[in-house]
Formats: sequence, C-alpha cells, structure tokens
Amino acid sequence: MQPLIEYWFNLNRRQLLRSAAAGGLAFLGGTALQQLLAADQPGAASGGRPGLPGLPHFAPKARRVIYLYMEGAPSQLDTWDYKPNLAEKFDVDLPPSVRGTQRLTGMTSGQARLPIAPTMFNFTRHPNAENGLWVSDLLKRTGAMAHELCLVRSMTTEQINHGPGITFMQTGHQIPGRPAVGAWLSYGLGSESHDLPSFVVMISQGRGQMQALFSHLWGAGFLPGEHQGVQFRAASDPVLFLNDPPGMRRDDRRKVLDLIGELNRRQADRNGDSEVLARIAQYEMAYRLQASVPELTDFGSETEDTLDLYGPDVRKPGTFAYNCLLARRMAERGVRFIQLYHRGWDHHGSVPRDLPLQCEDVDQAQAALLADLRRRGLLDETLVVWGSEFGRTVYCQGNLTRMQYGRDHHPRCFSVWLAGGGIQRGISFGQTDEFSYNVAENPVNAHDLHATMLHCLGIDHQRFTHKSQGLDFRLSGVEPARVLQEILA
Amino acid sequence: MTKRLLKSLTWDSPRCFSLLGRRIWLAWMLGIAAWSLLDPAAAAKEPVLGFNRDIRPILSDKCFACHGFDAKQRQSELRLDVAEGAFGAAGSGAVAVKPGDVDGSEIWRRINSDDPGTQMPPPDSHKRLTAQEKETIRQWIQQGARYQRHWAFEPPLRPVVPVGSAGSVIDALVRDRLGEEGLEPSPAADRATLLRRVTFDLTGLPPTLEELDDYLDDPSPDAFERQVERLLASSRYGERMAVFWLDASRYGDTNGYLHDLLRSGWPWRDWVICAFNDDLPFDQFVLRQLAGDLIPAASPEDVLPTAFCRNHLITTEGGTLAAEYLNEYAADRVQTVATAFLGLSFNCCRCHDHKFDPLTQEDFYSLQAYFNSITEKHSENDQSVAYPPWIEIASRLLPEGEKAKVMVMQEAPAPTPTFVLKRGQYDQVDKDRPVTRRPPLVLGPSLVGLQEGDGPENRLALARWLVSPRNPLLARVTVNRFWQRIFGIGLVRTVDDFGVQGEYPSHPELLDYLACVFRDGNAGGEGNAWSTKNLHRRIVISATYRQSSNARAELAARDPENRLLGRFPRQRLTAEEIRDQALVVAGLLSTRLGGPPVHPYQPDGLWEERANEGSNTKVFHRGEGESLVRRSLYTFWKRTCPPPLMNVFDAPDRTSCAVRRMQTNTPLQALATLNAEQFLECAKLLAARTLRETSANRERLDRLFRRATGRYPDAADLQALEQGLGELVARYRAAPDDAQLLLSQGIVPVPADLEKAELAAWMLVANAILNLDESLVRN
Repeated sequence: MQPLIEYWFNLNRRQLLRSAAAGGLAFLGGTALQQLLAADQPGAASGGRPGLPGLPHFAPKARRVIYLYMEGAPSQLDTWDYKPNLAEKFDVDLPPSVRGTQRLTGMTSGQARLPIAPTMFNFTRHPNAENGLWVSDLLKRTGAMAHELCLVRSMTTEQINHGPGITFMQTGHQIPGRPAVGAWLSYGLGSESHDLPSFVVMISQGRGQMQALFSHLWGAGFLPGEHQGVQFRAASDPVLFLNDPPGMRRDDRRKVLDLIGELNRRQADRNGDSEVLARIAQYEMAYRLQASVPELTDFGSETEDTLDLYGPDVRKPGTFAYNCLLARRMAERGVRFIQLYHRGWDHHGSVPRDLPLQCEDVDQAQAALLADLRRRGLLDETLVVWGSEFGRTVYCQGNLTRMQYGRDHHPRCFSVWLAGGGIQRGISFGQTDEFSYNVAENPVNAHDLHATMLHCLGIDHQRFTHKSQGLDFRLSGVEPARVLQEILA
Repeated sequence: MTKRLLKSLTWDSPRCFSLLGRRIWLAWMLGIAAWSLLDPAAAAKEPVLGFNRDIRPILSDKCFACHGFDAKQRQSELRLDVAEGAFGAAGSGAVAVKPGDVDGSEIWRRINSDDPGTQMPPPDSHKRLTAQEKETIRQWIQQGARYQRHWAFEPPLRPVVPVGSAGSVIDALVRDRLGEEGLEPSPAADRATLLRRVTFDLTGLPPTLEELDDYLDDPSPDAFERQVERLLASSRYGERMAVFWLDASRYGDTNGYLHDLLRSGWPWRDWVICAFNDDLPFDQFVLRQLAGDLIPAASPEDVLPTAFCRNHLITTEGGTLAAEYLNEYAADRVQTVATAFLGLSFNCCRCHDHKFDPLTQEDFYSLQAYFNSITEKHSENDQSVAYPPWIEIASRLLPEGEKAKVMVMQEAPAPTPTFVLKRGQYDQVDKDRPVTRRPPLVLGPSLVGLQEGDGPENRLALARWLVSPRNPLLARVTVNRFWQRIFGIGLVRTVDDFGVQGEYPSHPELLDYLACVFRDGNAGGEGNAWSTKNLHRRIVISATYRQSSNARAELAARDPENRLLGRFPRQRLTAEEIRDQALVVAGLLSTRLGGPPVHPYQPDGLWEERANEGSNTKVFHRGEGESLVRRSLYTFWKRTCPPPLMNVFDAPDRTSCAVRRMQTNTPLQALATLNAEQFLECAKLLAARTLRETSANRERLDRLFRRATGRYPDAADLQALEQGLGELVARYRAAPDDAQLLLSQGIVPVPADLEKAELAAWMLVANAILNLDESLVRN
C-alpha cells in the first residue's frame, strides 16, 4: 500500500472503531463496513470484492478469462477450417442438398448462382497433441502455437446478422439487454483486484469494413450496474474521467478527497447510514484506480524481448498488439474478465484483399500473448478464447475469380479456439462437412461455449442463476446446454 | 394476533371462497366481527397463513415449473397452482394435498424425502425447500390448505381504514403495519431537508437559496402544502416525470442496431412533458399513446402520442429480412405494453406458455395481433430520419419552431392474419394456431359485445379495456411505479412483475387504496380521476413522506430494508438529477422547455471508436452555448453509446422498456463527478458566483454548502472547509500557472476581476462539496 492510502485506511478504521464504541455506528451492518474492514485484513492488497456465496461451485481451473473477439466474422475457410478438396470445385455450384433450408441474407439471396470459392491461401500443418493442425499461413504464428490450442471447428448459431449475432455470442441472447459473459463472472466470482475493475473491455480498429459495437455487449443487463464492463480506451484518459484536470496535482486530489472523506464521515455519524461509508470506499477506490492505471499502461518495465514478441504495433496505444500486452498485465493484476474486440472482419467484397491485413493485425500479438502467459506460468490459470459471431459462406458473394472472391455471413458453422486454464492442449474438436457448410460432428452453440467457460472457472452453469421479472435467468439460456467435457483438461 | 388475522381477512378472504368470500367481505365492510368464522383454536396457536402471501411464493419458485400452469412441462399430470389439481389424484394415484391431513399429503412426504427417486424438488432441479418453507407448507395443510386466486388478477378494492387513526390514509395504513411490529414512525425531517427532498421528487432539481429561505421563514401552518402546490404547478414537474416515462418507452434519438441512424422523435418527448404538466388524466395518457390514431377524426396532435409504439429499435442493416424484423418490432410493442401497463413479464410467452403465470403463447400472439397491422415497411439500407408511417409536426412547446418527422401508428386497411410462431421464430408460423385480437384471458374477456367495445377489436378497444375498471392491473402497476420513484422500492418490489413470481405487496391495502383513488378520484366526488398530480400531492403531504431519513437502531435490526417505512429512505440522486443539480447551483441551467436534443460535453472519440462506417451518427459534434447547459433529459440519446454521464449513474440504455433503475455506487461515478468537464465547469461557476455574492468566507461557505446540500454547515464542517480552503489558496497563489490551467475547464467565461488563485481554490472546494454524499443523495 502507498503510505497515504495506508494512513487513510488506518484513520478510517480508527474512526469506525471510535464511533462504534461511542454507539453511533453500533448497528451499522452491510457490505460497506465489511469491505472497509476487509481492506485492513492481511493479504487485502490482492483481494477486491467477494463474489456470491457458494461460488465457485467447485475447484476452478482458470481464475480469469481473456476473450479475443474478432468482430465482423472471419472466414473459417481461409483460416482454421482446412478443406483442400474444395480446390477442384472452383466455381462449381454449391449442391442444393448441402444448403438445405438455410436462409440467405438479402446480400446474396438475389444471386443467380452460389459458386464455390476455394481459399486462395496456403495452409501449413503445425504439430499438436494429435496428428497436427492445419492452419492458414495468414495465421502462421498462431498456428505455431497449435500445441496450446483447442480448435473448435463446429461452432454454430442461428443468428445471421451482426447485431443479433454479436449480442448472442456475448450475452447468450440475440435481443439486447442481457448481461455479458464478463458481467456474469464479475457478479458471480467478484474481483481479485483491489484497484482495477473486474471486467475490462478494449477495442482496436481493424482495416476492413467496421460493424458497430454496442455498449450493451459489455452491459450488466439485470445484474447490478457495477458489473458492467469498463472500457479502457486509447485516449489520454484510458478510463473515462480518470485524469484529474490540468492544474491539479496528485496531492491536491488527495487534499480534496480528504476533505470529502472527513465531511462524509461526519455525515455517517449523524445519520448512521452504512451507504455513506460505501461511498467513501468508492472514492478511495477511484483514487487507487487513478494511481494504478498509469502504472498498468506504462510498458517501461517490459523488456525489449517481450515487446518484440508482440511485434511493432505493441508500442502504439489502441492497437490489438498493445491491447494484448495490456491484457497480460491486467491478468497479472487480478482483472477477472478481459474482453478484446478487434474490428473489421466483415469481408463481403474481397477476402483476398482484406483478410491478410486483418490477420496481420492479430497473428503475432495473439501468438505472443499465449507464449508470454505460458512462460510466466499464467496460461494454466487463464482461459483464452478466440471467436466471433458466425462464419462465412463457402460460396462467393459477387464476382468470382481464383484471386478475387467475397463471402457472405454464414451461421451454420464457424471456428473458435480456446487455450489455457481447464482446456486440453493441442487438440481439435468437431467437424464440418466437406464444404464447411454444415456441422458434421459435435455441434457447439454459444450456450455450450458459455457453459464450458463457466465450468473452467468452477461454475455449474445450471446453478448460476439470477432472478429477474420472476424468472431465473442463466447465461446458458433455457434450452439444454452442455459443458464440452471432451475438451476439458 | 387478532389484528393480523383481521388483516389477512380484509385482503385475502374474498379471493378465498368466491361467493362465500364476498359475504365475508361485506360482513367485514359492515363492521361485523368476521373472525368468528374461523377456527379460533387454530388461530390462537399459529398465524393463519394466506395462500397468496405465504404459500404461492414457495410453490411458484420451487414447484410450478413442472407442476404449474404450463401443460407442456407438467409432470405426472399434477398441477399445484389450483386447488383442483392439488386435491385430486395425480398420475401416480397419490393425492398431493389433503386439507387438514399433513401426513396423508403426498407433497409433505416428497419434500421431506431423501430418496433421489421420490424427493421433491428433484435433485437435478438444484432447488430445495428450506426448513422454514417446509414448516410453512405443513401449517398451511394443517389449516385446511386454502387456495386463493392470484391477488393481482383480482380487482383492487378500497380497504377499510383502521379505526382511530389520524391524518392521511397512507399514514394510517403504514403506521398500522409498523405498529404490528411494535415500531414507531420517525419524527418529521427538518424543513431544509424536506424542501430539498420534495423539490427533487416533484421537479428533479434542488431548491434555490431563495426558495429555501422562503420556506424556512414561512410561519403559516400550511407552509409545506403551499410549497407542494408551487412545485406541482412548475413546468419542471413535467420534465421530471417525463424522464421515467422515456425509460419505460425506450425513447432514443437514434435507431440502435448496426447503423444506429439519427431519428427525430423528440416532439413526442415534448408531448409527454406537456401531458404531465397539464395533468392529462393518466387513462387518456395511456389511450392516446396506444391508439391516438384511431380516435375518430384524429388530428396530427392526436396521432403524435402513438410514437410511443414506435420508439423501439429499428434495424437498417443490409441483408436483414422484413418478416423477421417487423415481427420483432411488434413483439417489442407487446413487451413494452405488458411491462409498462400490466406489470407482466410476457416475453417468455413468445416461445412457450408461461411457466408460472397463467399466460399462454396464444395470449402473447393475440396481444401482438393488435400491434402488427400498421402501414410500416422494412427499412433496410434506408437513411431516413423516420420510416412510414410518420407525420411531420412541430413540438407543442415550440409551436413556431421547426417541424420534425415523427414515426407514429397508422392502421393498415386490414388486420394481418396472425398465428402462433413455433419457438417464437418468425419463420416458423404455426398455421394450425391462428389467433384473434384479445387481451390475456386471465385478465378478462375482450371487449367485443361489451359496453366499452362498440367499435372494432383494435388498439383503441384494447386501450379502452386497459384503462377500464375491468383491468385489475393498470392502476396498481402505475401507482406502484410512482411510489417506487419516491420511496426507492415499490409497495410491490417487483414493479415489472405482478405475476405469481412477483413479490407480494408490503402493504396490500395501501396499494389498493392508492390504486382506487388514482383510478376513481377522491371519495367525496371531487373529481381528480387518474390525476397524476393529485396522486403525488397525496403522497408527499403524508407524514410518512415527511419523516426523517436518519437510521434508527431498532429499525435497522427489525426492518433493514425499510420496507415498513419507519423512516424515509435515503436515495442517491438519479443521473439526470446529479448533472442538473450541478447546473442549478452553478447558476447555469437553462430553463428552456423542449426542442431538438442537444450535445453537451463528452470525452472525444467515444462515438467514433465504435460506430459503423455507414452511420450518420458516427461523429460527435459538441454543442455550443445554451445547449451545453440544458436539462439532462434533452441530451441526445445515442443508443449504441448512451451519454456517459447518464450511463455511469445507472440510466438504462433505452433499448427496451425499463421501469426500474439500479442504484449502484462505483468508483467510476466518483471519477465522473470529480473530473468530468461539465462538473468542473459547474464547480468553477459556482465558486465564481459565491465569491461575487458575499465577501466573508464563512458566509460564502454557508451559501455554497446550502446550495448543494440544503443545510447550513455546522462548526466542524466549517472548520474543515476553511482549513482546506486556506491550504488550497496558498497552494495556488504559489503556483499561478496551475490556477490558470485549472480554470481552463469548460467554455463559459468567468468574471475577469476575480483573483485566479482564490477562484481556483474555491473551485476545488465547490468540487468537493458537490461530491459529498449529502449532495449526491436525497435525505
């Protein structure tokens, strides 16, 4: 603890004890007081806010999640779902029997033909715990981490448009208003950090067409608002309103907070409301946040070796690489759920032109993140998830040549991967058909993915409920969802 | 004991034994001692349990999912939500409940079983009855296992007021309940606290120094009542009430979804403000918003309120399908109407019968059939500010001002044939299950052939039914929501759920009393039916409202949530109130009413970093001058990125109907009120006006402190403030550049003749005072 804060907490405790002895606060209960006193307990420096009683339900494998979300839907055919036999089906119509009753979006439903567009990119087989993993050369460095990955090729969803698709993946429901995965975890497991939020969101801009991101994707829904994600931005104020105004020094802020604290304590003495103490605690947390964020975002303590690992973009705030390193630093500091969004994967027009740029943005950094977490011993207790809202069609949108094709939205199958805490290393799960159109084996939907994520964090998704409007809501929804036992370590 | 028993009679018995019950009710109304009808021996031993209050919540939470209303999920042909089901033989042949025979009741055996095969609820449900709940069930069976219809689906009845009570009915009923627990109400709050409280509750703003002094100096016995009348007559009242209606109406200035395009529905928002200021009877308020277009010879002014039905999100994403989204919009209207006017969670009935409430999937689509037949079209890739049907109209508050296009309702020539959708999927039409327009069956028959229903079965007929006495919910749900806004928690805590999973009212008689006087007007025939102002007047002049908010040990021990209202609850101000208060005390707040939304300060880049490229609200342009200091309800509401100062203080995101706001307390809130440019500018202007108004520091601190908190600082407060001020003045005199920097916040100029170092120091003192718990909370 910094001396000033230590002083404040001691002062505060003395004040409380004195008041309690005088009878003024003898009947104070509530979490506020417990939190204030808890901050005085040994080991409090690492401990933040407790979660729900009874959680976790069982011993967790992972303590936190880093979720790398590729907004816009990357083409699985050009990245993770290797279909070499499609090369000979260039410009062949997709058999109607394969498509079945799948609806098309308005963007391709008017096309006269649905000709197959094989990937133009080379794939390489990278060693893993099985007989190797074929990964597109656009993601060569991530592919080289195949021994850490569990690739799921059989993700599927019913959403075919971005808005509902992302909302479904992040909240378990396509209509806005449900809590995000991170909000559920913050609510259930509490915070391990004394001075950082438990759920953090970082956005990086890609180079393709940008779809919108919505506040509700990291909203708390019907859970208390404190569990909503806090956006860390590539601005001078990484957290909104973090910086004191120019002309105000740190000790000026301290002085003002001391003044507020003293008057508030007198107020608590008068009206006996524990909420006043809770407010004092939040103002002190704000002060600590102000102190901790500059330290968090100062990469000066990182070695050149580490910075090089993430690539040159790591030195530019707001890039995916920068956010990956920040994610690792947040993981070290006890942030429960670290959500990255990288925008720009909506490649209707030209996969060959746009996809390599997007992959270039993320490949080195996400591979580095895995390697960096591994060498620091953090990967076993950190669940890393990479995914999106749906996949893209095997047939071409627009004009087709060997070197030019676009792909439309495709909900029936797409690829995600998981790595780290609680997940088997170096495996793949699920299969698609020869066209990467339908799931052929082991379909996985968002609810199954959420149930599995919760499981890694020691939570039984069926028992993790919150009552709202008379109903017990679950992240994993009302229809049966399953934990993917086959991929658990 | 006797008193408790009587209470359960007044509330519960009429629903208990239909006809017989009516007679008991009448007997009670005539003052005849009705308790002789109950077994006095049983009553002496243990309290008589009411099914609605004591039993239904347990069964609903633990049993109804498999043994309730939903026939598809029902197990072993057993339903426990009605007496016929519980008392008859189940699939197994056993009888679940034998009145008076605990050991012969299968339910008792099952809930006490340890055998996974017979245990109830079954192990895989992860539900268990507590020992207390089991004992309650036991007593209920012992006492005869009496069932009641769900209370909220029965019409509200005006209760008998406890004998010998002075003051208002509200106070009589609240004190009666407190008295049962042996608790006393709190003394009245001091005048300054009270005026600040009521000024916020009725106008959303703090009182000015002049208003405080007027009231403190007024010796007349009706001084408070006169303040209430002044506030009810203020046009700030309508602005305050509108805020909550904008939440319920999911009002926004953009379409949401992918492109989040600009829309121009604000004349409707101004109509809402006027409706509250004019005290438009609430039944008319409802009727015009649902069906103003169907009023005979409707003018554009009649049609405007129906924008309520079009405030939902609209997608323009390329590739989206009309069938899917038009269905989504109609479903959103149903959900909004059900939550806002019926207090029912109807959304699960999109996919299946309700598991707890007697609401079916047919009920949902029958209600949707009122709302899916308008002349709307899918708006894919359309950048207009309004989609048909729309009208072009000026705001009533600015009749000479610019006109705006507002999306409204217009009935299609013929109703759209409507069917149940399997699993709620737009493309899974169940042609075997056509539906016709009607309200949910549990709430009564439709209007065709009845006196109100002399026209076609359309939205107007639905609206007439909604506001008629035959709908048991509208008045209750509405007064409960107003009550919640004042007391923090509704008489029914679950303001959005009056169904069987909702909470039983803390004061059932009070809820029904308020519902009846709201709906019917004053008993003496003085009119005021559906008068919102009258309802507010009635509540705020009660002694219950005027109590002190100070905590008391015996209340904290017996009633930690203050549900019995032994004191007034302290509550944090809402997002709008916090910002508006800062503007008032700084002397900055614009009093202009209505008009297009404005763009006050917000951090750079917020919209740009999230927006879709095709969006016409991608770039934020900060407003100038007056638009920076308008009341917060006029701030432009971009749905994918709500105003950060509103968002951080728990305003809902306005994507769906919201009738409750959370009250959280987070470090991000502290950062906002400490560091946001808007708040710093207010602190600076508050400091400047304080310095210019008087010259003695004590008097300055008095004025500054009172503006923010309502009260005079005491000697110790003053000492702390003076010490802090002295240090800050010295600090900034030593560093004039820092003072200059600090004063650069905001764009409103400060008088040049003030000493910069002193002003900077006062600015930080003002900033501190505006961040006090007392400033952020309503005592």
